[in-house]
Amino acid sequence: MSEWVGVALFMVVGIVFGAGGLLTSFLIHPRSKNRFKLETYECGLPTQGASWVQFKTQYFTYALMFVIFDVEVIYLYPWAVSFENLGFAGLIKMFIFIFILVLGLWYAWKEGALEWR
Amino acid sequence: MENLFVNMASGMRSLLASAGLPDTATDFILMFLKLGAILVYILISALWLVYMERKVSAYMQCRIGPNRVGPLGLLQTTADIGKLISKEIIIPRCADKKLFLLGPILIFMPPLAVFAVAPFGKDMVAIDMNIGVYYFLAVASLSTVIVWMSGWASNNKYSLIGGMRVVAQMVSYEMPLILSIVGVIILTGTLNMSEIIRAQENVWFIFLQPLGFLIYLIAGVAETNRAPFDLVEGESEIICGPFTEYSGMGFAMFFLAEYANVVLVSVMATTLFLGGWHAPFGLTFIPSWIWFLLKVYVMIFLFMWFRWTYPRVRVDQLMEFGWKVLVPLSIANIFVTGIGKYLYQTIRW
Repeated sequence: MSEWVGVALFMVVGIVFGAGGLLTSFLIHPRSKNRFKLETYECGLPTQGASWVQFKTQYFTYALMFVIFDVEVIYLYPWAVSFENLGFAGLIKMFIFIFILVLGLWYAWKEGALEWR
Repeated sequence: MENLFVNMASGMRSLLASAGLPDTATDFILMFLKLGAILVYILISALWLVYMERKVSAYMQCRIGPNRVGPLGLLQTTADIGKLISKEIIIPRCADKKLFLLGPILIFMPPLAVFAVAPFGKDMVAIDMNIGVYYFLAVASLSTVIVWMSGWASNNKYSLIGGMRVVAQMVSYEMPLILSIVGVIILTGTLNMSEIIRAQENVWFIFLQPLGFLIYLIAGVAETNRAPFDLVEGESEIICGPFTEYSGMGFAMFFLAEYANVVLVSVMATTLFLGGWHAPFGLTFIPSWIWFLLKVYVMIFLFMWFRWTYPRVRVDQLMEFGWKVLVPLSIANIFVTGIGKYLYQTIRW
C-alpha cells in the first residue's frame, strides 16, 4: 500500500471526526428560541457597522518577505539533505545563494519594510 | 514491554493474514488500527493536558485548582467535555454559515494528519515517510488558514482582528521555525523522522544545535498560539479572537486542536532535538516509548511554565522580533552548522 493512501486516510478521518463531533452535538443539544441569541456578540453591546470591510493589513510587507523566504526554503532543504555529497563547492554555492537573500533582507530592513506603521 | 506495541501489530497482521485476507486489505486494516490508537492517544492526552494546565497554573499562582469532580479533580475535564457536547451550537444570524461550520470540522485534520509521521518509539511510526519533516512543515501550517477562515466567517470585529493576527503570527514565525530545523537536516542528511532519531544515538542534537533548539522553542510556542504569543485570543483585548462566536462543540473542537498542536510541537522538539526514544544515561530497561512520552511531557510542562512567566507581547513587537532577531539568528545558525560539518568531515578524512 502506498504511504499516501495512509496519509489520505488520516486526513479523511480528521475531517470525519470533526463533522461527527458537531453532528452528535446537533442531535442531542437543546434548542431554545430567543430573538437576541443569534445576535453577533461584541461585548454585549449592539453591533456597530459591518465587519466585512476592507481591512488594512499593516504587515503586508512582511507577508511579501515571507513568500520570498518560503520559496528559498524549497532550495535549502534538498541542499541540506545532500550536504555530504556536495562537498566544498556545494557549500560555497549555497552560501552565495543565502548571502543574496540576506542582502535582500538587509535592503528591506534599511528601506523600512520591517517597521510597523 | 519494549516491543509491546510492535508485537501487537505483528500479531494482528499474522492473524489477519491467516484469515485469508489479501495483503492490501491487511495493510489497510492495520493502518486503520494505528490511526485509531493515535486518535485515542491525542484525545486522552488533550483531556488530561487541560487538567494539567489548570493544575500547573494554579500551583504557580498559589491556588489549588480544580478539586471537586472526582479524586483531586481528575474528572473535571471529562465533565467539561460532557457539558460542551450538550450545549447548543449557536450560529449567529450575520455569520457566513457554511464557512462558520467548516472551521470546527476541518480544524482537527492538520494535527491528526501530522501525527502519522510521529515516531512514538522504536519502530513505532504509523507511516515511515522519507520526507517526514517536510510533511510536518507543510501540513501543520494549514491550521492557520482554517482559523483565519473561521475568524472571517464569524462576521465579528474581534474575530476578524483575531484572524488577521493568526496570519501575522504565521508570517513572522513560520520562517524561523523552518530555518531552525535546517541545521538538524544538515547534520543528519535525511528528512525521515526515524533516521533523525537514529542519528542521535550518541549525542542529542540539543547539544550540537543549542541555538536551533532555542529558536525552534520560541517559534513553536508562537505556532501553537500560546502565551506569551497568544495575541490571537488575547482575552483582555479581543475576547477570544476567532473563536468568540463559537459555542458548545464548535468551541470544543478548536480547544482540542489547540492541545493536539501543543502535543505535536513537543513531539517534533523531542524528535529533532531531544533524542526521540533514546534513553539517557543508558537507562535502557525502561521502554523506548515511555522515554519518548516523558520527554514530550517535559516539553509541554516547559510550555505551561512559559505561559505563567512572560507577559503577552504586542503584535508589532512580535513581528519585529521574528524578522529582526530570529530570522538572522537562524540563518547564522545554518552558516555555522554548514561550516562546522564541513570542517568535521575534512578533518576526519
